This record gives sequence, C-alpha cells and structure tokens, in this order.
Amino acid sequence: MSSRMVKVYPRFERLWHWTQMTLIFVLLFTGMGLNGVHGLLPFGPAVMLHTIAALVLLCVWIFATFWLFTTGTWRQFIPKMRGMTKVARFYAWGIFRGEKHPYHKLLWRKHNPLQAITYFGLKILVFPAIWITGILYLTYNLWEEVPNATLWLTVIANLHVLAAWVIASFVVVHVYLLTVGHGFRQHVAPMVTGYDCIDLTPEQEAYLETNEPWRLQS
Amino acid sequence: MRRVLTALALIATAAPALAQQSSVPEIPGSDSTADHSKFEVLQKAFTSGPEVTEACLSCHTEADDQVMHSIHFNWEFENPRTGELLGKRNVINAFCGNVVGNEPRCTSCHAGYGWDDMHQPPPQQSTAVDCLVCHDRSGQYTKLATGAGHPPMEAKGKTITGADAWAVDLSKAAMSVGMPGRENCGQCHFYGGGGDNVKHGDLSSALVMPDVHTDVHMSPDGANMVCTDCHVTEKHQWAGSRYDVHATDPEGTGRPGERRRVATCESCHGTEPHPVDIKGMKLNDHTDVVACQTCHIPTMAKGGVATKTWWDWSTAGKRDADGNAYSEEEFVQSDGKHLHTYLSIKGDFRWEEEAQPIYEWFDGQVSYASAAQGGKIDPTQPVGINEIEGDAHDGKSRIWPFKKMEGRQAYDSGNDTLVYSHVWGPDTDTALWTNLDWGKAIAAGMKAAGKEYSGEYGFIDTYMYWPTTHMVAPASEALDCQSCHAEDGRLANIAGVFMPGTGGSAMAGLLGKILFALALLGVLGHALLRLFSRKGEH
Repeated sequence: MSSRMVKVYPRFERLWHWTQMTLIFVLLFTGMGLNGVHGLLPFGPAVMLHTIAALVLLCVWIFATFWLFTTGTWRQFIPKMRGMTKVARFYAWGIFRGEKHPYHKLLWRKHNPLQAITYFGLKILVFPAIWITGILYLTYNLWEEVPNATLWLTVIANLHVLAAWVIASFVVVHVYLLTVGHGFRQHVAPMVTGYDCIDLTPEQEAYLETNEPWRLQS
Repeated sequence: MRRVLTALALIATAAPALAQQSSVPEIPGSDSTADHSKFEVLQKAFTSGPEVTEACLSCHTEADDQVMHSIHFNWEFENPRTGELLGKRNVINAFCGNVVGNEPRCTSCHAGYGWDDMHQPPPQQSTAVDCLVCHDRSGQYTKLATGAGHPPMEAKGKTITGADAWAVDLSKAAMSVGMPGRENCGQCHFYGGGGDNVKHGDLSSALVMPDVHTDVHMSPDGANMVCTDCHVTEKHQWAGSRYDVHATDPEGTGRPGERRRVATCESCHGTEPHPVDIKGMKLNDHTDVVACQTCHIPTMAKGGVATKTWWDWSTAGKRDADGNAYSEEEFVQSDGKHLHTYLSIKGDFRWEEEAQPIYEWFDGQVSYASAAQGGKIDPTQPVGINEIEGDAHDGKSRIWPFKKMEGRQAYDSGNDTLVYSHVWGPDTDTALWTNLDWGKAIAAGMKAAGKEYSGEYGFIDTYMYWPTTHMVAPASEALDCQSCHAEDGRLANIAGVFMPGTGGSAMAGLLGKILFALALLGVLGHALLRLFSRKGEH
C-alpha cells in the first residue's frame, strides 16, 4: 500500500462541481431575494436569473447523472456503514485532540463514510426535492386545473424554500469541513487540479503505471 | 364660393368652433368613395338636427332602424342573465343620480333628439336619430347641455362638454361627415357625470390628442387609433358594454374574419401577447389570472385631467353669508385648472390625478343591486350601487383594475331605498340646483320615477365600481413584477391566488432560517472548540 498523487477528479467532474457551485450560489442569492431575505435585486430580474440558473443547472445535472452512471462513478456515492463511527467520533472528539483523520482515500472510495452518506442524502432526497418542487413551481400553468391547485402550489413553494435552506446549510458545513484535516488549500486543490493523495494497492499502482500513467503524478 | 363664405362667417362668429376645429385629428375614413360635400341633398341651410338626419336617411335608409336598436339610443339594457332592466334610463348611479325628472339636461347626451320624458321610450320618428354627433368631422357640431339632444343654433348657453355654446353650422357638419373620431365619442363619454373625466377615470378629454404615456393606442405618436377600432360595430351596435363586460376573451384572435362583438385586449393581442422568451413566457403564464389592464394601466386619470373619486351629496345646499349658492375650487389639476371641491348645488368632491386603481376578481358581470333601481338597502352598511362578480376559482375571472367611486347619497330613511331626485329644472320650484332644497327635490324625483316615498330622507355612504380599461400605457411603463410580488403589493387584498414574493412561504422560510442558523452555530462552535483544544494539545 503506497500513497500516490492520483488524478481522481476528471475534468468533467471538476467542471461539474464548480459550475454547480456557481449556479447554486446564484440560485440561493436570487431565491433569498425572492423570499424577502434581502432586497438587492428587483423581483423580475431575480425570477429570470433564478429560472435561467436553474435551467442551466438542470442541464448540468442531467449530464452529470448520465456521466455518473456511464462511468460507474455513481458507486462513489453509495453509503457504507464501515468506518462511519470512526469518522463521526473523529469530528466529535478526535479532532479536538489533534488526532489524524481516520479515513484514507481509496481509488474507488474518494469520500469518507460520512461524506458519502451526506452526498447520498443530498442526491436522493434534497436535490430531487428542490428539482421536483422547482419544476412544478415553474410549470404551474400546466397543472393549474388540478383541484386545489393554489393550495398545492403553496405547499410546493414551501417545500422548495425548505429544501433550499437545507442546501444552504449543507454549503456552510461543506465549506467549513474544508478547514478540517490537511487544511483549506489542500482540500480545495484536488477539485482544481484533479490530483489527490490516494492509498493505492500494489495492483492498482501497477495497473495505473502500465495503463493510465497520466493519472499518476511524479 | 358658398363654402368659402360659410367658412368666413364661421371664423367671424364662432371662435370656440375654431378652437374645436384645430384639435380635430385627420379624418378617419377620408379614403371613402363618397365625398359628402358633393351631395346635393346636403347642400342646403338646415335649421335643425332632425332635418339633417332626414337628409342622411334619404341614402342611408336603414341607419335609423339600426341606431334605434342600440343602447346608445334606448339607454336601456336588459341583463340577459338576470333579466334586470338596466341602462341610464333605469338605474341610479353614484354621480348625478338619475335621468328621470331631469331629462333635457341628462338626455342632452342622448344619441337622438328631443327625449324629454323618461316615461316614454325615446322618440320613435326616424328623424329623432342624431347622425351628426358621431359622424360630424367638421369639429364644430355639438349639443346643447340642456337641450334634450339638440345642437345650439345660437351662441347661448353651454355645450355638453361645458364650453360656451356657439351656433352650429349644420350644413357644414352634414357635408363633412365621416367615420367617428376620438372627439366624437368623447363629447359624451369624456364628460359623463357632469364634467371632464368625472365618471370613468380612464376616459377624458386627454384622449382627444393623447401622448403615448396617456394612451399608447390612441396617441398620434402611438397607434393613433380611434374608439371604433376596438369598439367595432355591427349595424350600429357597439362591442364593449359596461353592463356585460367581456373580462377576458379566450378566443383571442386567429379566427378568419373580424370579430364584431368583442372589444377586449385579447381580441387583438391574443391570449399569449408577450414574446416567447423566458420573461415573456412567464408573463404569458399570467394571462389566465390577471387582466391585461391590471399591469398595463398602472394609473388612470392621466394626461392632466383628474377624476372625481368622492362626491358627498349630503353637504349640498349650504349658502354663503348673502344667502347665495357658492363654490370652492381648491383642487388644482396638473394643467393648472382649478376644480370644484364644493358646490352648493352638488356638495363636496375629491379628485385624483394619475390615480392608482383598486383591484378585484372580475368575471365581466356587474350586478346592479336592486338599490340602483330603487329597491331596499341596508342603511347601516355602505351601499354598493353596483357590485363586481367573480372569484379566483370560477375559471373565467381575472384580476381587474377599477375606479371605486365613493360618496354619500340621499336615501329614503323611512322605506330604506335610494331616492331619485329632481336636480335640474330651471323653471320648476322643486329642482335642487335651483332651490337647494333636498326635501322638494327628492319628493319631485320620486314622483317622477313613480316610486313610493316616505317623506323622510337621510344620507348614506355609497360606492360604485368602474372597470378601468382605457389609458393603456406603453409596455415600458407597465407594472413591474414587484408591484404585486411584494408584501403589501398592489394585489395584497386579492384572495385565492398564490403570489410568490408576498410571504406565502414564510413558514418554510422561518424553519429554513432556523436550520441555517443552527448549521452556522454548529460550525462556529466546532471551530472555536478546535481552536482552544489545539492550544492545549500542541
């Protein structure tokens, strides 16, 4: 087992991540404006920006989903219980004692168990919630004939707003956790360069050296 | 030569007429195949309106019959839904009240001659139709304010617009007929209720030559349209009745042939009028809920002419120290004109310019409570002279802008009915405007209307809705989204619709903010703990 700098985030994944980040910020900002949290944007332009950002993000999302399933990367997001308590204990206790992060990235396991389950929850619950409610919200005129449509729209709008706040809370924790462990810059760098320090089995190392040498740094 | 002489005579004797003439827009329909000045039957000295009509009918043989079937002539409308007999002839309104008993004054705007008794239908002889009031394009035909529809034949009295009267040249008028212009319709419709823009709020003399801000359709710098471009006709019957409004026209355009019975925005612009882009599509989504007028007429009473918003009849009758009727003119319109805020004969007024409408769900039906026809009222409540029908869930109503005319009117405090009153009649001793005596005026009015009167009267609060549909602003001046999509926005009183941005997701917002605050607090606490614990550790 040796630690090597391996390209774990291909270009598309990085592009996806940063596009998504930008769009989520635009969506949160405009969405908050629409809900009276701030008055920095007039309602009309805020709606337009929100709608456009959402549609672009939806396209990115469709591509990303397609990519996840064709490349098999979707497995990275399947939560596993193994090591979960260790990681949880680290954040709750060990981190204050100066312990080392108990999780070591593996080639097919970029996320620690806590990360994985968080992303899984986001992808299976929160993102679908925001998308489904958002699309229903936007296309209200297509289903307004449904009985009590106004009431349903109110429910949908509320769920949309709630999901948005869950995402905003995720962003806070997500950004904060970048400061944990190796430090902020080391955490952000892989998402920029694509390379991260990974524990490779000799077999993996040999495979990569022979077949995908460009994925190994130095 | 004779025409030149006539013109010279006009210049010499009728300055007001000239003033009128200069404001006449280019003659619509001037591409007609008939030049009426060449018609021999019109080349004579007419001495009365009916004589001209007789000449008109010698060619337009069916016109009299057509006009006599119109609401313009009968002032009567039978509501097909309720069977109520409405129309000026029957209802009490929130302005001067009623026609009956005040005929020569009120019927001066009748599209016919000599109607001086509401107990009778309007005169039925064919020459009683007034062709010129709509079709004169010389700009100098008018009607006498108190002449039961007849034009002034000498410079004496006032015209229906309140101007000093001049001697109308009927011959000139007859020879210059054409399709109606804005000022033809406006002579009556701009001056209803006793003055310029008093009644509607969205119909005033500002529309004769409006700038684009005042009316993008009618402005010569805009589409330069005239009333009849939208209020299309079929056999002298006009589309667009206030008693039976088309609040929407889902059929829109797109049918072969011009539709003659609707005068809605959608009849020309369709139901998806905005461009198909992201903004336009969202705006088009609104058309099933919001009337075009709501966004595109942000204010009425534009172009420098205010509208009356309050009329308190109860204060009428006061006299000055010398025992004479008096007036106050404390409202100054933006064109500098002073408007009456009190008149001994009419009471107190309030005016508004660039007035913001009020908004209600509206399916096009205006119900006239029996109060408007002399039925029972509840004097403990403000009385609705009319009521707007429609709601969010009937599938056909739209949110519409209205002028809400409010005021105080006389009622029979013994029988709890609104009263008919006799206000005009210089030769009688019962007219309010002659004697300032409410008791006599009401007794005479009730007698004229054939209604039972207890002999006791009081005053109650009344209101009346006037749909706002003219004075459409250019698209650039339409309401912004946040005019309504904001807490306390313009549609704050509108129920039954979810309006993003008005606080409808406040519950989820609060929950979300708590969650967000907890996340921040958690992160902050964690960071602090790390900071302090590390100190101890290393």
